[in-house]
Formats: sequence, C-alpha cells, structure tokens
Amino acid sequence: MGNETPLWEVFIRPRNGLAHKHVGSLHAADEALALSAARDVYTRREEGNSIWVVRSAAIAASDPARAGENFDPAEDKIYRHPTFYEIPDDVGHM
Amino acid sequence: MYSQGLIGADGSTEETDRFLEAFQARIDAEEKIEPMDPMPEGYRRTLIRQIGQHAHSEVVGMLPEGNWITRAPSLKRKLALLAKVQDEGGHGLYLYSAAETLGITREQMTDELHSGKAKYSSIFNYPTLSWADMGAVGWLVDGAAIMNQIALCRCSYGPYARAMVRVCAEESFHQRQGYEIMLTLCRGTEAQKKMAQDSLNRLWWPSLMMFGPHDGDSAHSEQSMKWKIKRFSNDALREKFIAATVPQAEFLGLTVPDPDLKWDDGLNGGKGGYAHGDIDWDEFWRVVKGDGVMNRERIAMRKAAWDNGAWVREAALAHAAKRCDTLAAE
Ligand SMILES: [Fe+2]
Ligand SMILES: [Fe+2]
Repeated sequence: MGNETPLWEVFIRPRNGLAHKHVGSLHAADEALALSAARDVYTRREEGNSIWVVRSAAIAASDPARAGENFDPAEDKIYRHPTFYEIPDDVGHM
Repeated sequence: MYSQGLIGADGSTEETDRFLEAFQARIDAEEKIEPMDPMPEGYRRTLIRQIGQHAHSEVVGMLPEGNWITRAPSLKRKLALLAKVQDEGGHGLYLYSAAETLGITREQMTDELHSGKAKYSSIFNYPTLSWADMGAVGWLVDGAAIMNQIALCRCSYGPYARAMVRVCAEESFHQRQGYEIMLTLCRGTEAQKKMAQDSLNRLWWPSLMMFGPHDGDSAHSEQSMKWKIKRFSNDALREKFIAATVPQAEFLGLTVPDPDLKWDDGLNGGKGGYAHGDIDWDEFWRVVKGDGVMNRERIAMRKAAWDNGAWVREAALAHAAKRCDTLAAE
C-alpha cells in the first residue's frame, strides 16, 4: 500500500432535478485530478451535468451480514402503510 | 469499489455445504451478488481472473488501433478512431474497478499483466498491417466482443454486470464505424477491395478464437455457468457470431476464408445454421501462451507506458501530500 494512488467513488447527476447517483470508481492523487479523470471516464456521452467525487475510504457502509436485522423488521410493521387503516368508502379518496 | 471496510473479512468465509447451497440458491433466484456479500472463494477467484483478463484486453486492445490514429485517411476517420480508442481505455478502467471490489489492487493487476501471469484476449497479439484492419477490427473484433459482453450484462456479480451495461452501450458505434470502413473500401477501387479481403482473410479465424476453446476443453466453464458468471457457452456464442457475420461479409462482396463454410438446413434442430471448418487450436494456444507475432511488443509497450508515467504518479502524490500538510498546519 502506501504508494498506491487513492481510490475515489464517482457520483453523477444526469440532469437538474435528479439526485447524484453512484456510477463507479477511479484512482487519483487528489480531488482535482479525481474530478478531471471522472469527467473523462464517466461522462463521454452527456451522462450528466455535475460530478461528485468522494474518497472510498471515507464511506462507512452497513454490514451485509446484518442486513436481516437492519432491514427485515420494516416488513412486518404494516401499520406504517396507508392500507392498514380502514376508512369507509363513503369518505371518498384519502 | 464501494467501500473497502469489509473486503478483508470475506477471506474467512466458511465454505460448508450449507453455505455453498445457500449461495447457489441466491444465484438460482437471480439475486445479484454485491462486493461485501459472503461468497465462495472459488467464485471470487474466478471473477478476479475473468474481470482482470477482460480489463487487460481492453487496455492492450488500444494498441493495435492507437497505432493507426496518425495515419487515418481523413479527419472523420481520425476522430472516430480517437473516440473508439478512448472508449476502450474507459472500458479497461470500469473493469479494473469492478475487479478491485473483489479485493485485488490495481497495482497487483498491472504487475500480473506485465509479468505475463495474467492473460488477455489472443486477438490483440495479431498485427494490424493495413488501414483495412481498422475496418475489420471494428467489424469483427468489436462484433465478437459485443456478443460476449451482451451476455455478461446479466452476470450474477453486480459490479461486473453494471460495467458491462455501460460498455455495451458504447460498443455499438465501434462495430458500425468498422463496418463502414469496410463498406467504403469494398465500394472503392479494386486495390481497396483487395485490401479489405486481405484483412478479412487474416482476422477471420483469430476473431472466432476470441470466444475461447470448445466447451468440452474449457476449464472451469461448467462451474462458471452454474454460478452465472457466464450465461452462454463459448461455442454457443461463437455460432451466434458466425450466423450474424457471414451475411454481413456477403453484403460487402467479400469471401469468408473458410472453404468448409456453408449453410446447413439440418443444423440446430432443423432451424439451420452455418457448418464451418475447424479452428487451429494449436495456433490459439501458442498465441495465448505468449508466442503470437505481437505478444512481446504489446507487453513492452504497456510496461514502457507504466514506467514512463511513474514520475507523473509520484509527483501527483507528492503534491497531494504536501497540500494536505499545508492544510493541516493552517
Ligand atoms: Fe471495449
Ligand atoms: Fe470496442
């Protein structure tokens, strides 16, 4: 390690009104070089109008081994969904 | 690469039968596998090898065409070739980062290419001798690559599949610009048409070899199919390529250099298909193992590019470190 050029994650906003979306990664020594490499590698065909680059090492990720306990319980919390509540048809659309 | 945190932790995966069955069940259910998911070591190693080879092929593949940029016959052709070669560099980079999500570093992959440990597509060890080769490479080599890569868009490993979707979107122009070059030559003078024919003669068989050995002789093929790293067999893709390409050659008025090639109504269970001659597998293995016309020159050029760029990489890192220190001191 040590001498390796750091890794960056690249996010691109396809057009105004949409969020930046992860498109891939690249190696660059600093943020200026990362941005210019991201432009060359990921936007050769009008893929977007804005680029974010983030050092990969700076991303904290949830553990896939704990995906069950993190995300599954939401499934049985049916009271979070509108259909759980009974409203007579006469009330009309709500 | 998405996040490095957990990559190392996967090395301790316990491959009990239960683990392998659960993994296979995810694959069978068409679930995509993502970088930090538990996976069998064999799955990881196969993907590292395959994606690495694929990345190296894109990068080495820039050489036979890059070599013609300054000699393109018109500004239009020069722009197209520049854009194509730049795309291939991009394809290499998408693929290297997909491989890195599996826990190999870019430096390791570069070393393996330079030392000859890692392979790349045998086709790039053939020389590009005439301008017509720029046509035939786009038409045949990119055409064969597209057959392979479309199938890989549905690969079970998420980052590889996503990289393939990007690559496929960009490949189509590569093939079309190549075919247009062939068409222009074939509608030109006798000498130009002859140049196109000569190019087809030299590149036809090597293009068929791009699909790899026959299914029966292809190590790991069966396991790769089971894990959905591969979705179609080498031979199935090769036959598909031949069926698509022979009519295109006929349209050009060129002759495919295979005296045994003929349509056979009885093939493919009555649907018909092209019967064709045997591939020279001795030649294939010779080239894969390093004894093609261009193997040494290709690797020498990659090494020279790497070595000559060392000072740039070092300077960029030194500059970044210095700026970090200045910021910290402020
Ligand atoms: Fe490519
Ligand atoms: Fe291509």
